[in-house]
Amino acid sequence: MALDTGERTARPPRPRPFGGLYAGNMRAVLERGFIVLAKQNWAIVASGFFEPVFYLLAMGLGLGGLVGTVTGPGGRPITYAAYIAPALLATSAMNGAVYDSTMNVFFKLRYAKLYQAMLQTSLGALDVAAGEIAMALVRGLLYACAFMVVMVVMGLVSSWWAVLMVPAALLVAFGFAGIGMAATSFMKTFQHLDMVSFLLLPMFLFSSTLYPIDVFPVGVRWLIMAMPLWHGVEMMRQLSVGALSWATAGHLLYFVAMSLCGVTVAARRLRSLFLR
Amino acid sequence: MSPYVSPVIRAEGLLKTYRDVVAVDGIDFEVPAGESFGLLGPNGAGKSTTMRMIGGTLTRSGGVLEVMGLDPETHGPEVRAHLGVVPQEGNLDEELRVRDNIIIYGRYFGLPRSYLRPKAQELLEFAQLTDKADSKVMELSGGMKRRLTIARALVNQPRILLLDEPTTGLDPQARHILWDRLFRLKEQGVTLIVTTHFMDEAEQLCDRLIVVDHGRIMAEGSPASLIREYSTREVLEMRFGADRNASVVAAIRDIGQRHELLPDRVLLYADNGEAALDEVMRRGLRPHTSLVRRSSLEDVFLRLTGRSLIE
Repeated sequence: MALDTGERTARPPRPRPFGGLYAGNMRAVLERGFIVLAKQNWAIVASGFFEPVFYLLAMGLGLGGLVGTVTGPGGRPITYAAYIAPALLATSAMNGAVYDSTMNVFFKLRYAKLYQAMLQTSLGALDVAAGEIAMALVRGLLYACAFMVVMVVMGLVSSWWAVLMVPAALLVAFGFAGIGMAATSFMKTFQHLDMVSFLLLPMFLFSSTLYPIDVFPVGVRWLIMAMPLWHGVEMMRQLSVGALSWATAGHLLYFVAMSLCGVTVAARRLRSLFLR
Repeated sequence: MSPYVSPVIRAEGLLKTYRDVVAVDGIDFEVPAGESFGLLGPNGAGKSTTMRMIGGTLTRSGGVLEVMGLDPETHGPEVRAHLGVVPQEGNLDEELRVRDNIIIYGRYFGLPRSYLRPKAQELLEFAQLTDKADSKVMELSGGMKRRLTIARALVNQPRILLLDEPTTGLDPQARHILWDRLFRLKEQGVTLIVTTHFMDEAEQLCDRLIVVDHGRIMAEGSPASLIREYSTREVLEMRFGADRNASVVAAIRDIGQRHELLPDRVLLYADNGEAALDEVMRRGLRPHTSLVRRSSLEDVFLRLTGRSLIE
């Protein structure tokens, strides 16, 4: 049989702020992501949802029985489960985004050669990076919504402001995803990836996730408050009870700045990430 | 005859260096539309590096490179819209089924689904993979995977197909099926750029080729003209046993035009191989085995570099 090799009309040239790195077609990367997501083993997808839920049950209900009530944002007493639930949401947004932008990107880059295949088409490195970050946010959105439902069912939210925890989780994820992808561009081996978990675990343990930050001396407190997760946790906790203040705006601003930084550095490192 | 057409690929002083290694050392070549052009050389000669620079997925260190008149580095997406890329290492999407591999790949080019659905069917037929349309990629054999990679690379109806070691690792039957598919594309006017370290593949597929070694062009021409220029019509291969090969060479130095001493055999270059063998026998030398064959690109490479292609 003969193949049709007739000419097709080429797409009109677009303005290209990123030179040869952008084709305005991250949609195709998302499309692939959705097909894979839909056909994925749902047990694996569900595991990402159950992790924070297990923490919530074990710590919130189990440990919470010993702890009793604690002082929430705004000074109101809340149950221990209601205290840690927003923090777990922030942590899972961080973990998901970092996993997607480091391990996942590294694997697809080095082993599955997925990006190599994408980049031999009309796609540019920026389409691929933006599409992959967007896909990570879609997964994050699914998890955040599911976790919100659990919180509502368990009676752990006490304000309509809590609805904003979903977009807040996306912002947290976006901030970490940009930084994660930028960091991946510097990674050469799997050992470098181990350093990522080494950074994430202490952040989870010390960022006022499971107990208030006041237990630490002032110096340590400042260090923790410089870390992104603390801001995510505080922002979520304030939203969950509707105790908003200028501090909430500060946390929000921290993540907006972090997102901009992450995306800028990642965009600058695109060549070193994909075209080496 | 056809008027002068500007080349679809033009490289001038093309250079790629990694820290202290020079992978591609200032090479020049032009490929006119519709030609089947080969890069022949051993592993590490800089062939894949050159291919990746043509596709704009590797930045060059110097020189000029134009594909369809555009610089692949600054116009990557536009250049690649005209290219079909078949890389050396498989990079099929193992998370997608066979048919979706073609369709989604087409989406990366921004092609509409209404075009892609019939196109995927057509390409599956071309690649003889119709029965495997809904299989997982992992279930395919090596030859099938390679054919799917080629089918996928044709989804955007490329004017230029880049094939990096297209049949390495395939069994003879799978190679012939693949070559047949590539001939058909060539007949339809697709420009083929082929890298290979198999001389038979280069002879089969290429109208013209460059012989590269250590990032430099050693010779350029059609397979036949290269053989004419750098070798004799026939070659006499003789094995005298590993310890005797070297001593025999001295005794036959004046027979034929040239000889090569390899670890396991002696090659004697002469336009009439049988006559040369008769002369060797007349001098009382009895090789364990002897073979007269036509000169190949392997001999050209040996002549140019003093080394075999496959080591």
